[in-house]
Amino acid sequence: MSTTIKWFWFASPQTFFPLAGTLARWSGVLAALLAVAGLYVGFFVAPTDAQQGEVYRIIFIHVPAAWMSMFLYVVMAFWAAIGLAFNTRLSSMMASAIAPTGALFTFLALWTGALWGRPTWGAYWVWDARLTSELFLLFLYLGFMALQAAIDDPRRADRAGAVLAIVGVVNVPIIYYSVQWWNTLHQGASVSLTRAPSMASTMLTGMLLMALAFWLYSIAASLARVRCIIRERE
Amino acid sequence: MNWGGWSEFWAMGGKGFYVWGSYAVTFAALAIEVYLLRRRAREAKA
Repeated sequence: MSTTIKWFWFASPQTFFPLAGTLARWSGVLAALLAVAGLYVGFFVAPTDAQQGEVYRIIFIHVPAAWMSMFLYVVMAFWAAIGLAFNTRLSSMMASAIAPTGALFTFLALWTGALWGRPTWGAYWVWDARLTSELFLLFLYLGFMALQAAIDDPRRADRAGAVLAIVGVVNVPIIYYSVQWWNTLHQGASVSLTRAPSMASTMLTGMLLMALAFWLYSIAASLARVRCIIRERE
Repeated sequence: MNWGGWSEFWAMGGKGFYVWGSYAVTFAALAIEVYLLRRRAREAKA
């Protein structure tokens, strides 16, 4: 008996439609539960930071939002590239479905960063390599969405968007390594083992719970949106 | 437990504006996205 999963069966938008609905619902429920757990750990278990006081608690949404902004871009570019290379309709639809959620998390990373920068650096915004490259990421998402919206034929819009998405992926490692390559005001990677273990572990737990919650939320939102796109196009 | 009471919790060590400004906008943005997605799904179905 063959145990091969029929992956190509799910590559058809019609067969994927009900599966996407079920996955979206359960991802959404799990995201909400993880967010409650993450917020509880973040506000009631994780201690006050020795240097920053309470304002550091922005980290529980800032870092997960920034991670998602970069991760979603790579996933979006991946599906756009698959759609461009193999002409698979669903792949291009996934790319279009991810873009608005990616743009949202990019905006939130910038917003929470600004509100964290003001009390710690004394400025909402600085033209630092990390902040500037993250702002450029927002423009890439918005550019992708605007380009697709400007072209009437969906297949042509997919191809044009894919080229932009693939070229823009170069920006992701630039954001990630910006704190090492340039002398930035933004601090280095926050997940490190150099801090006091008792502090780091509860803070890290809260941050990872929120990252998981945002990740599942992104899955739920993207799948809900791809269902709309399937209905609208087919 | 970190807080002596709710007023201390909302004050966030005097940085309440920055902390709650971050959280409020984040959850409002996600709620708006969910609302827009539900509306789009309803319209796509019709």
